[in-house]
Amino acid sequence: MRPVYAISGGVSKFAKSRPDKNFPAVIKEAYDYAIQDLQISFPDFNAVVDGSVASYFSDHFSRQLMAAIMAQDYLGLCPKPSHRVEGGGATGGLCFQEAWKSIASGHMDVVAAYGFETMSHVETWKGNEFIALASDVSFDYPVGGFYSGYYAMMVTRHMKEFGTTVEQLAHVSVKNHINAYHNPYAQKRNRYSIQDVRNSPMVAWPLTRLDICVMSDGAAATILASEEGIEKLEKAGAKIPRPLVKVTGIGRGTDAMRMADRPHVDFETFIKDYATEQEKESEETLAYYKELWDHGTRYPGVHSFRAGRTAGNMAYKHAGIHNPLKELDFVELHDAYTSSEVQTYEDLGLCRYGEGGPFAASGKAFLSGLDYGLALPEQTKCPVNPSGGLIACGHPVGATGLMQAVFAIWQLQGSIKVHFKDDALQVKDAKKGAIHSHAGTGTYVTVTILEKD
Amino acid sequence: MSKLPKKQPETLGGTVVHNLPFPLQTSPEGLAWLKSMAPIVIEQPYEIVYLHSYAQDSPWFAGLTNKRILANQDPSSGYTYATPRGHDMFSGEETNWIDITENQASVHAFTVCHFGSEAFLDQTPFVLTLVEFEGVNTLLLSRLMGVDPQEANLEWIGMKLKPQFIRNSKLKPTDVYFIPA
Repeated sequence: MRPVYAISGGVSKFAKSRPDKNFPAVIKEAYDYAIQDLQISFPDFNAVVDGSVASYFSDHFSRQLMAAIMAQDYLGLCPKPSHRVEGGGATGGLCFQEAWKSIASGHMDVVAAYGFETMSHVETWKGNEFIALASDVSFDYPVGGFYSGYYAMMVTRHMKEFGTTVEQLAHVSVKNHINAYHNPYAQKRNRYSIQDVRNSPMVAWPLTRLDICVMSDGAAATILASEEGIEKLEKAGAKIPRPLVKVTGIGRGTDAMRMADRPHVDFETFIKDYATEQEKESEETLAYYKELWDHGTRYPGVHSFRAGRTAGNMAYKHAGIHNPLKELDFVELHDAYTSSEVQTYEDLGLCRYGEGGPFAASGKAFLSGLDYGLALPEQTKCPVNPSGGLIACGHPVGATGLMQAVFAIWQLQGSIKVHFKDDALQVKDAKKGAIHSHAGTGTYVTVTILEKD
Repeated sequence: MSKLPKKQPETLGGTVVHNLPFPLQTSPEGLAWLKSMAPIVIEQPYEIVYLHSYAQDSPWFAGLTNKRILANQDPSSGYTYATPRGHDMFSGEETNWIDITENQASVHAFTVCHFGSEAFLDQTPFVLTLVEFEGVNTLLLSRLMGVDPQEANLEWIGMKLKPQFIRNSKLKPTDVYFIPA
């Protein structure tokens, strides 16, 4: 496979509603920004780009089938090749990886990956219904289809199994909202305390409104290129931002649509099939897990995302990462719920299964230099969601995974200040980062590793 | 008496409009003004009735109408699915039906939904639970009744349950629900 570089990106302002522009025009905001960052004109770029991949989750929200071709047309990319990808909340992550495939395989040299969602076309309660249709419509949806409810069931099990507390979950909300305070693209830029999170209206016990992301309208775009593609663009007049950002790891995983169907595997199977290399090599960790299993823990059950662990292990192997907490300078992960961020710490091996709660409150995932109003016992180890994540930036589903890619590109370029007009969120000397995209209750998960070249 | 909420609830519907502000002349100035015009937002109703087949899972629904909870089982390994599944995920073999009505049920996980999708809003607060059955490998999503939604706590996990069946079957998975045993 050829080396692939993520050379630029753009994000539209995420907002509760964008009635001022239709979805192709909102995508064009992000696409134009990505092109302008290459300092090349729209016609010159479109002459060089080989094709695209489009991402959006729901035909219900837009009430427009084949929306992707309308975007392709509006961006002036017809008749170049394109296709749409869809995988729930992981749609954006899948889209980025499909663009990577097109280049790594040698099929294309320059690919645009763009995605969007317009969730404002229906009221929130109808939006929840649309999203809940991404659960089994024979057995799950009719019982009371509501994604916040599904995730809340996962977290009650996590709390029972591992002693995770609602205050630990609330640390994630405080962190991500305060990070987003410095991100001009974020939909919610507010400072909250642990008490604010707990006192906000209860949605699905124990998750409150501030534990949960909001619905959004928005778009994001990234440009990926091979070495030959970069040469072609430069020949056409582009100035590719340096340092380059290389895609070095790709991982994906899946799990059963119905949480009820997920396995509950024994200790030996967990260690053989799912433990990270780091976990397998540590006698202390093996003993820790043995004790959990002796007390009744089974994997993944409904407390963990097997797809996330599978995707992480695959991406780490590809990128040669052995100790993610030490080797990753930041992670942008899918925090549609505070609880899913905590569960994902564990899936990605930032801590062991069962330790996500204490990890959330430890300070290891917070940015250094920001005042969170919390007494954090430990120093920063690996900032998670320095952008503010989905909880604060918003979650226009088809754009979200690409938004993470854009923020990761800017982190690794060291260009956060250029794009945010504020360097508070710039991770100092960031060399390696991970982006993590996740679909409903962990059905599809992608993990991609990006590195400063 | 409690205070009125500070925010008036939002609803759809409204006034029928037959004309919109527009420049009197399509002069260059008038046409240029159009770029500052606010967007027109209309209501676009959409309603549809699907014919949905429960297909190979149909016996499970017939079971509920007859007050029985069926499950599927792999004929070789005995791996048992509380939520119907026509073929086993490990062997790929077609599963058989078994009756698990009398298997002891308990709460594996739960939540109290204080908000929800439009279709279920009028039922809030309601309790969702993933039910585990003794001797069964997977779970079943159901409603938990007979508990106080304001008193949700982790002690509910592990609570023994017994199934209840609605008399007038709706051929929905909600034809069965659970209460504390």
